[in-house]
Amino acid sequence: MSQSYNRGLIEDFGRWKEFSAGMWAWIFHKFTGWMLIGYLFTHIAVLSSAIAAANGETMMIAGEQVNAYTGTIQGLEGLFIIRVLEVGLLAVAVFHILNGIRLLMVDLGVGLTAQDRSFYASLVLTGVITVASVPTFLSGVGL
Amino acid sequence: MAERYSSFTPGGTAWFLQRVTAAFLIVVLAFHFFLLHFVNHASEVTLLGTQQRMDHIGYFLTMVLFLVAGAFHGVNGVYNALVNQGLSGTPKKVVLAVLSLAGLALVAQGTYVALVMAEMI
Repeated sequence: MSQSYNRGLIEDFGRWKEFSAGMWAWIFHKFTGWMLIGYLFTHIAVLSSAIAAANGETMMIAGEQVNAYTGTIQGLEGLFIIRVLEVGLLAVAVFHILNGIRLLMVDLGVGLTAQDRSFYASLVLTGVITVASVPTFLSGVGL
Repeated sequence: MAERYSSFTPGGTAWFLQRVTAAFLIVVLAFHFFLLHFVNHASEVTLLGTQQRMDHIGYFLTMVLFLVAGAFHGVNGVYNALVNQGLSGTPKKVVLAVLSLAGLALVAQGTYVALVMAEMI
């Protein structure tokens, strides 16, 4: 005999206290995905300064006249908040990659019994890689 | 049975392409981050350095393919996430059209920038 039950709308975030590890993985994957596609549009916009640079446009950066592309990137990289946002971007990208690998494995039927543990492992590894990369991302920038 | 949450219908073309681009992006995104933050620091990026990298046809093609795969994976992911939230009917068609245009515009602009960086135009 088949049984059905109403588990409610899974997108009802008001039920967050009931969410399982798999649900959190699903939410984090969506959140990081939104961040990454948003960033991709921003990234191409910033890199488009190469077009202005190719047309000979220049700008002043740290008292030096440089092309628009070099000036835009180095100007942004000189800001502390940009470096902090880059660390956040790395965390978001690393989690999306690790959880993405986990999802591909699930799709292939590999490690189905370890889905919860692999989600926790993705979180821990993301934390470790992010913390370890902080010195590199913050090198040479003042507050 | 473990609960399975997915925004996609398994077996569909979008489902398949989302996974193919995912496998490609895992490798190239890791390479991109490593090359431009750990080998070359982002704060030291210059037009000359970018042009030198983009002059290598293999690197240029990898970056263009990276853009196309990233744009498709991102836009398709957003669309399916919205469908999963209950988007249907005319709003679904409008969202698909807007996202498709945004994705195509992103690829067009990105390819133009890549060609300029590689000094091909």
